[in-house]
Amino acid sequence: MGVTQILFWILSVVALFSALMVITSKNPMHSVIWLIIVFFAISGHYLLLNAQFLAIVNIIVYAGAIMVLFLYVLMLMDLKKETEPKKNRWLKLAGAVAGGSLLLVLIAALKKADLANQFAETRTGDIGLIENLGKVLFNEYVVPFEISSILFLSAMVGAVVIGKKE
Amino acid sequence: MQIDYYIYLSVALFCIGIVGVLTRRNAIIIFMCIELMLNAVNLLLVAFSKMHHLKNAAVNASAGSDGQLFVFFIMVVAAAEVSVGLAIIVMMYRNIHSVDINFLNRLKH
Repeated sequence: MGVTQILFWILSVVALFSALMVITSKNPMHSVIWLIIVFFAISGHYLLLNAQFLAIVNIIVYAGAIMVLFLYVLMLMDLKKETEPKKNRWLKLAGAVAGGSLLLVLIAALKKADLANQFAETRTGDIGLIENLGKVLFNEYVVPFEISSILFLSAMVGAVVIGKKE
Repeated sequence: MQIDYYIYLSVALFCIGIVGVLTRRNAIIIFMCIELMLNAVNLLLVAFSKMHHLKNAAVNASAGSDGQLFVFFIMVVAAAEVSVGLAIIVMMYRNIHSVDINFLNRLKH
């Protein structure tokens, strides 16, 4: 078992455990912190796959910008005071059973797939470097890139309009 | 690294996100679970792009970079989605002083 495998298993265990803690912790603030740990673990996976640009963008955009936004909203709301009433136990059980059944179905479907000698290359390959991705982005994907800037503009306007006091 | 480990990891993360959406009632946590599902899909896209690159690198040197750019665009759309969604949640909290989604089953009030 090489270094790559050991790192893969460590990062996977961290990601899965933190994801479970996100949905089980009572305090929403703790959920945000656990979700940040999930994002760092996934960034570690990107580094392992030699997708360095996406690893950095994942940390900057998700762990940096989006989660700070979540934290600010949670701090603004002060949810500690109101203790949410106990949820129906059967409803929770039904949700868990539904999700578990989906997991079961997907794994059962994948067991049949012929994936025995398909490998994802780790620690080599240079398509994830910023030079190559930038060349492809600004040659073949210029139009979607520009459209996404329009999307950001409209999202900004929408957030301002929705958040404004009438 | 074999590709099926990545597939199982992504499926597990995605299903954890779905269970979170179905069981929690806090709107912000539901939103966070959606982000978790988006990240699971991103991880799978990157793994598949590296698999594609490994098989086709001799034919096309930049094979597989499309998958990583899709991940980039998913992140762009997720950032826009979060800004609008959190604005909606803040407005909802301002009106009904709660983020419990059970109060939202009738949007009229």
